[in-house]
Amino acid sequence: MNENTKSKIFRILSILSPLSILLLWELLARLSVVDPRLVSCPSAILKTFVPLMMSGQLFYDSWVSIQRVFWGFIAGSLPGILLGMSMGLSPIVRSAVEPMIAATYPIPKLAIMPLILLLFGLGETSKIFTVAIGVFYLVVINTMAGVMGIDKIYLDVAKNFGASRKDFYLTVAFPGALPMIFAGLKLGMGMALILIVAAEMSAAKAGIGYMIWRSYDMFDIEQMFVALITLSILGYIFSIILDVVERWVLPWKQYS
Amino acid sequence: MKHSDSIIINNLNKTFYANNAKVSALQNINISIREGEFFCIVGPSGCGKTTLLRILAGLETATNGEVRIMSNDPNRPTNSMVFQEQSVFPWLTVLENVAYGLKLRKIPPKIRNEIASNFIHMIGLTKFKHAYPHQLSGGMKQRVSVARAFANDPEILLMDEPFGALDEQNRMILQQELLKIWETNNKTTIFITHSIDEALCLGDRVMIMTAHPGRVKSVVSIDLSRPRQLSDIRMLPHYNELFQAIWNSLREEVRVSQGKIT
Ligand SMILES: Nc1ncnc2c1ncn2[C@@H]1O[C@H](COP(=O)(O)OP(=O)(O)OP(=O)(O)O)[C@@H](O)[C@H]1O
Ligand SMILES: [Mg+2]
Repeated sequence: MNENTKSKIFRILSILSPLSILLLWELLARLSVVDPRLVSCPSAILKTFVPLMMSGQLFYDSWVSIQRVFWGFIAGSLPGILLGMSMGLSPIVRSAVEPMIAATYPIPKLAIMPLILLLFGLGETSKIFTVAIGVFYLVVINTMAGVMGIDKIYLDVAKNFGASRKDFYLTVAFPGALPMIFAGLKLGMGMALILIVAAEMSAAKAGIGYMIWRSYDMFDIEQMFVALITLSILGYIFSIILDVVERWVLPWKQYS
Repeated sequence: MKHSDSIIINNLNKTFYANNAKVSALQNINISIREGEFFCIVGPSGCGKTTLLRILAGLETATNGEVRIMSNDPNRPTNSMVFQEQSVFPWLTVLENVAYGLKLRKIPPKIRNEIASNFIHMIGLTKFKHAYPHQLSGGMKQRVSVARAFANDPEILLMDEPFGALDEQNRMILQQELLKIWETNNKTTIFITHSIDEALCLGDRVMIMTAHPGRVKSVVSIDLSRPRQLSDIRMLPHYNELFQAIWNSLREEVRVSQGKIT
């Protein structure tokens, strides 16, 4: 079997398996093996999905969440990358900052949400900040590990060629740590989705998390499922975007 | 000018402290290297050759003693090193790797790419100009790091077994190529090798180092005429005399380093 047909088969399989689960779900609901009022069924969800989409309500809530995730992602990852690189390159910065990161990292980010609400109020800033802080930790830790994992010989080469401080960052630390930075960004993306939903459930007037909470209030199981599906689609799109960007900026990485 | 000293090493000592253990890598090295000289260093594995080169490159500090490198041209880098181990940046293409030093020196892209392309042609990798190192073999990567040092046009070239990872054919081609370049620009070159033949073919003098800790055992002048044609040089009776002299000196040290004599 050549590589092409192999990858085609893998792709078909990855579409087929979720489809069969949907089918099973529908079947179990129709045969009343499970209670459709509680777990709904794919056909009913689809019936709710269409009007929600047509009215623009679904797009509106999605767009609100996407924006919060986007800005939170930027606000968390940029400082994370910069600080992580400094920590990786400079033992002084590392010993000054690492204990603080290590001490605060284990605190579940959800636990500080009330504090964030108190500090930033109910507006957009609090949601963006919640996402940012979750992304920040994962990116800073991975970036630092990435820089420290760079073979020392490359720093020697840069030094031998008279690299300035800026050159060390731009020609060695950043490109060398980029694979690990992306590992951090991907983990951060998962974290961002968790946090945005949680933030929107507790204090928001729009967004996918808010939609889920509203459905719960109104006992609208179908709408809740629509929100959940939208979340998974969003997560999927985000991860595809990250994969595409990764392949684009890391042409030197060998992919299997 | 021709016979002024380019590198002076005075009472150089280097001791490493690792895990509470003292390792004396270099002991009392004294040597002067003339401007434009091709200076080879041979010695048993672990005798401190790389350490000596790293001190000259400014990557390691001497424990005591001094090294002085005379610089004539402030606009040129003092030295460029070809490292013994794989040191080509995986995230840069062959062209970008070779042009690395020029880029740091802010040479405009057009000029530096032209210079780099010439050296890439010289090492026979024009077809791989835009390839990334993971697409190259070990020997090809080593050639890239040779080109990277050359392209930087330093006053002194420090080469740490640059052809060690190459197959014999490529090694011979690059030795001849290196000779050709050196014979035109007469750059002061320190060249570490495991091969007595290579030292004889290329060098003006060969320094033989003792087994760990590294000291200067002897320095042999290679009075073979230049320009040299490598295929002819090996036929000369004098080549064989020199080979014998160096080998006799080195053999003892290699056996010491293997623990056969103490
Ligand atoms: N950073 C270091 N820390 C501790 N010991 C070191 C360090 N670098 C080298 N050494 C020790 O110094 C000695 C000389 O090492 P060096 O790499 O200079 O040898 P070499 O002559 O280049 O050997 P080879 O021919 O195998 O490359 C060795 O005993 C080595 O273990
Ligand atoms: Mg060595």
